[in-house]
Amino acid sequence: MNSSYAVPAVALVVVATVLVGAFGLRISRTTSDFYVASRTVGPRLNAAAISGEYLSAASFLGIAGLVLVQGPDMLWYPVGYTAGYLVLLLFVAAPLRRSGAYTLPDFAEARLASHAVRRLAGAFVVGVGWLYLLPQLQGAGLTLTVLTGAPDSLGGLIVAVVVVATVAAGGMRSITFVQAFQYWLKLTALLVPALFLVLAWQGDGAPRHAFEEPATFREQRVVRVDDSLDLKLDRPLTVTVTGTVDGRTHDDARIQLPSGTHHIERGTRLTFAKGSTVPAADRGTNGGMSTSLAASREERPLYATYGLILATFLGTMGLPHVVVRFYTSPHGVAARRTTVAVLGLIGAFYLLPPLYGALGRLYTPELTLTGDADATVLLLPDRMIGGVGGDLLGALVAGGAFAAFLSTASGLTMAVAGVLTQDVLPTRGVRHFRLGTVLSMAVPLAASVIVGGLPVADAVGLAFAVSASSFCPLLVLGIWWRRLTPPGAAAGMLIGGGSAFVAVAATMAGFPGTGPLHALLAWPALWSVPLGFLTMVLVSLATPGRVPTGTEAILARFHLPEELRAEAKA
Amino acid sequence: MSGFLAGLCVAVLPLLAAGFWLGRRTARPESLGDLGTPVEHATFQTLHTASLAAPPLRAGLTEETARKSARRLRTLLGTDALCLTDQKEVLVWDGVGGHHRGEIMERLAGPLESGRGEAFRLKCPDPDCQVRWAVVAPLTVDDRVHGALVACAPRESAVLVRAAGEVARWVSVQLELADLDQSRTRLIEAEIKALRAQISPHFIFNSLAVIASFVRTDPERARELLLEFADFTRYSFRRHGDFTTLADELHAIDHYLALVRARFGDRLSVTLQIAPEVLPVTLPFLCLQPLVENAVKHGLEGKAAPVGKSHISITAQDAGAEALVVIEDDGAGMDPALLRRILAGEISPSGGIGLSNVDDRLRQVYGDDYGLVIETAEGAGMKITARLPKYQPGVHPAGRLSEE
Repeated sequence: MNSSYAVPAVALVVVATVLVGAFGLRISRTTSDFYVASRTVGPRLNAAAISGEYLSAASFLGIAGLVLVQGPDMLWYPVGYTAGYLVLLLFVAAPLRRSGAYTLPDFAEARLASHAVRRLAGAFVVGVGWLYLLPQLQGAGLTLTVLTGAPDSLGGLIVAVVVVATVAAGGMRSITFVQAFQYWLKLTALLVPALFLVLAWQGDGAPRHAFEEPATFREQRVVRVDDSLDLKLDRPLTVTVTGTVDGRTHDDARIQLPSGTHHIERGTRLTFAKGSTVPAADRGTNGGMSTSLAASREERPLYATYGLILATFLGTMGLPHVVVRFYTSPHGVAARRTTVAVLGLIGAFYLLPPLYGALGRLYTPELTLTGDADATVLLLPDRMIGGVGGDLLGALVAGGAFAAFLSTASGLTMAVAGVLTQDVLPTRGVRHFRLGTVLSMAVPLAASVIVGGLPVADAVGLAFAVSASSFCPLLVLGIWWRRLTPPGAAAGMLIGGGSAFVAVAATMAGFPGTGPLHALLAWPALWSVPLGFLTMVLVSLATPGRVPTGTEAILARFHLPEELRAEAKA
Repeated sequence: MSGFLAGLCVAVLPLLAAGFWLGRRTARPESLGDLGTPVEHATFQTLHTASLAAPPLRAGLTEETARKSARRLRTLLGTDALCLTDQKEVLVWDGVGGHHRGEIMERLAGPLESGRGEAFRLKCPDPDCQVRWAVVAPLTVDDRVHGALVACAPRESAVLVRAAGEVARWVSVQLELADLDQSRTRLIEAEIKALRAQISPHFIFNSLAVIASFVRTDPERARELLLEFADFTRYSFRRHGDFTTLADELHAIDHYLALVRARFGDRLSVTLQIAPEVLPVTLPFLCLQPLVENAVKHGLEGKAAPVGKSHISITAQDAGAEALVVIEDDGAGMDPALLRRILAGEISPSGGIGLSNVDDRLRQVYGDDYGLVIETAEGAGMKITARLPKYQPGVHPAGRLSEE
């Protein structure tokens, strides 16, 4: 891929982000704009900011890759990512805003008046934040590798440095404008190329076999295998090989591989003839963002699908960078309106990645073999349109991808750094916020360098699972159940979130490889969320004496509209 | 392999956290096993039990605190049953013989009236009942009887009478401390109420004078100013709630500045720089307006009336979990030593409620870390920085009055 356009595009996005962040404040010099300058953020602007912060690498690149590799089943991902806001709208948005809490630990303290629960919530915020930052950095690495062939960790390093520098230097003074800008940038970066791609598809005779199984090559295609892999063949395959297959070296030899599993060494070049089917890669240790948990999915598709749905539906409300944005809404009703607008904006965005996935199955099916399925979105313009136009559109997509990394990473970094500064580091102050920023980025960066090639789309899914098992019970019961007690909340978070966390760790460590246990650990939400709720309810019922005094007043404040409260007091 | 490493790292983290927590728990000196002679040991044991019973009582004598402390107190006295009462009813009965509640309350009328302890035999139809005698020791705070401690035993015992009296005295001291705590809280509340900002009378006179001067020459302008004045005073005089949002406070400042501008015209210019994220931040009511008033006063001070100009800038920034509000003027400034004395309350500044009031209120609400930071020197203007946490327990805006 030609990088002469892409690199300036990425640089432009970075510079624009920093500039909007630093100078996007509302400034007034005359009396007449005083009102304009001090007007609160409207629901639509805030919704764009929330969407911009929320649409991460997993959405921008990952979903297309998943659809490419595994077909329409993966449409549950965008559905889940969107529907999470429906749950948020129905149960959480307005009361959370009225609670006056800025972060999740604030909410825990406001509701339960307990410092211990606050600390525990803080620990989970940091854990979820780090789990979520990891795939952002790895996605950035992948994008830069595809664009320029730079080493894998460089992209992550660039994102980390840019984010830490801008956040720590106070460059995110107007984060609402930055994130809103990023949303529209991301939408443009997917929408404009998509229009051209659809036109190209039309010009190509509008082939419709995208989801026919299995995918086939539409023209002769050379595939270079960068990492050793096992090919699973259902039927014999004729292919021209330069390199090592099943331990035997070939040099531009046309061979027929019988059905079964074949091991292909790294560096091998396979030339597929037009019309031959795309074989399925069986990848154990190393995968892109989209190949990882495929095995357990295939074994138990129903269980995995429900696990995914539950995690994404209920996990959204516990994402630390999403929650803090609701504080910007001036009141509960505005928070609700904001959520409705977010549903619209995100829903519109999520129409596009599956389109790329479907086109990818037609035009870049070999990506399932090379493990770069996540690069589908980046490679399609070049493949389908080509020439300068393709390069320009590719640059636009690359810029959008970097906007995705930057916005999500900066939001998460600010959220994690806020918790670290307030609840972990000894004293407060601006210097400590900087230290917190560095710390909150250093850990995931180190992790992504040490464990490069981790199945990262799952890291997002797993972050959702941990969030759904710890914060969802806390928020839902905290808002809707007056008998919740501090020990109950702490126990529920520890057991629900903790068990999800252990399952995440076990999955990442690759234990155990197969079987029902693996499916249980790989999609923990289905059992860990009920476990968290149950623990919270039972322990709360067992400690009735510990219901915080003033619970009634607090719940009244959560649920009464602000006007009523003012009238009641006046 | 790398996936395994990652998983290992993730798995080790909660283990580390659990280990840290366990270490903290076990490091506490809970065991008294190897301390000196048996007598010393017993002393420590008693003191330890007493210290455990104390914290709940520091919150006053209620059903909940009585329940929490009764078990410890019974261990301290070593009796079969112990009960704590207030003046009307039994708050808690710890131990056997709970059916004596009613009888105890009847017999307590005398001691509660006189404030003197006594011991009496209990009537019980049950021959196996463990409690036959009750020792009553009143709990007094400032010579007023708040309730009684009743220790029950199978037989009469002078030791128990003595011990119950001592324990009741000790409990009374805790209740007195609770009383003290309460009055301290009330004092702080009263202080906050007293500190609650009022607009300066000078401002009212000046505004009315300015409006009057426009009534004939420019009636429309006079009407507008009168409305601004009405809006501003309505905000300042409102009765409910001690807190407001930054957005509302800025609107009040806008009205205030409109009136001030009418008086000074071109001599005063104002720049406003606001990050919209911080507008919903809650802050003590009328705590920025006095700072702006101060900036207006100092900005124009010592500048020749017709030509001298002053510039004020107001910025509000987002800084993580805090909002940073900076108010800056380019006026006469102030001697830092003098300012320090004003803030310490040694001398009161002329006119207006000024900086020390705002400083006091911010410290009351957010703690001593959140006082005003003022940078100034004579002739160098003044820059006032206030840090406002976005969330503070117990700090909520009073609610919106109307939708704008």
